[in-house]
Amino acid sequence: MSNGDLIQRDRLWHPPALTPDYKTSVARSPRHALLSLQNSDSELTGPTFGQNDIAEIDNDLILNYAKTGDPIGERIIVHGRVLDENARPVPNTLIEIWQANAGGRYRHKKDSYLAPIDPNFGGCGRTLTDDNGNYVFRTVKPGAYPWRNWVNNWRPAHIHFSVFGTAFAQRLITQMYFEGDPLIAKCPIVQSIPEQRAVDQLVAALDLNASLPLDSIAYKFDIVLRGRRSTFFENRPEGN
Amino acid sequence: MQELTQLKESPSQTAGPYVHIGCVPNFCDITGVYPEDLGARMVNAETKGERITVKGTIYDGTGTPLKDALVEIWQADAAGLYPGNDPRGAADPNFTGWGRKASDYDTGEWQFDTIRPGAVPFPDGRMMAPHISLLIVARGINIGLNTRMYFPDADNSADPLLTRIEHQNRVATLIAERETDGVYRFDIYLQGEKETVFLDV
Repeated sequence: MSNGDLIQRDRLWHPPALTPDYKTSVARSPRHALLSLQNSDSELTGPTFGQNDIAEIDNDLILNYAKTGDPIGERIIVHGRVLDENARPVPNTLIEIWQANAGGRYRHKKDSYLAPIDPNFGGCGRTLTDDNGNYVFRTVKPGAYPWRNWVNNWRPAHIHFSVFGTAFAQRLITQMYFEGDPLIAKCPIVQSIPEQRAVDQLVAALDLNASLPLDSIAYKFDIVLRGRRSTFFENRPEGN
Repeated sequence: MQELTQLKESPSQTAGPYVHIGCVPNFCDITGVYPEDLGARMVNAETKGERITVKGTIYDGTGTPLKDALVEIWQADAAGLYPGNDPRGAADPNFTGWGRKASDYDTGEWQFDTIRPGAVPFPDGRMMAPHISLLIVARGINIGLNTRMYFPDADNSADPLLTRIEHQNRVATLIAERETDGVYRFDIYLQGEKETVFLDV
């Protein structure tokens, strides 16, 4: 297979490192400029995963931690496609998600929020995209969650996404938000993204067509990873 | 004017303080969902190459260790080939090339048991010195930070990346320290006097 260079990351589209309204970024952001590096195999290859690595149930957060019954909360389906910037599907790529429960509480010892743990909800899921880049998860809609940033900051309902692609330099971690949530506009983490159009790209749309009547409501969330460049007049022995 | 029809990459967001739940659930006591955390083991008894341990701590701009970071590494096998999809050939089938570990909750230290990578060519044909690519994500990091670790006991003098760092006094931030035989320490400084060189790849 050919490993053409990746389209460069548009760092005016992504959040910058230093976004002082998200306080933790102040001491955790480099002050020097990044060193630009031409892609080599070190960046253009990446880990690949197969069906052996994951189980059938891993994408079902309603069942994968169930002990005595189903978790409490709004039953949802989250589905979409992983595409590259050239609008080509990214097949067989690993997606991992994590989230709070319906009350906004994470199953994590550092989370001391007073909303209770749900005994039937773990909060992690993973799946591989199919041959057309499609994926699906079943879960409960996470609740909003308070955090110590400003005195009264609340995260919008969100699901964390981790996506691999085929190149280590395509690796992406992001968050999915829900259509219509009024907390999105108030959140310093969301607003670390400079452009509103880029924020909109992280808001999943309510998708009644994919909902299961009398069972689960659906949201559609497409993810775009970096694409490969095709350079017309570059002398590439393996072609474009 | 016609519009370019390319899509835009989904913007990054911080992995947050609870990244463990999704990426290393067994590490954070969510057991029984996945048999083991992905990336926990890179080698087995058959893996070719010199066994090494790579460890380190990540410090913020105040000198405080990050105790909630997640580190991923990606490296070639002992022959300099990448597992999975290297166009130059098939790598050692007993080596994953990829590892993922969380910082220790108390000390902030992370550790990988792996092998010393072989050299990999740069696109212009020059050989790069043996290196390990790292990706660091954590609360407060809005977009994952890429860097590379090089070895103190290798010839790094002609490496295409190290030689093009304008501020040559910063090259040392990419070279691990040899702690004992086969044990390398690669501390990472996000900000400040010893700030590690981070890459736009």
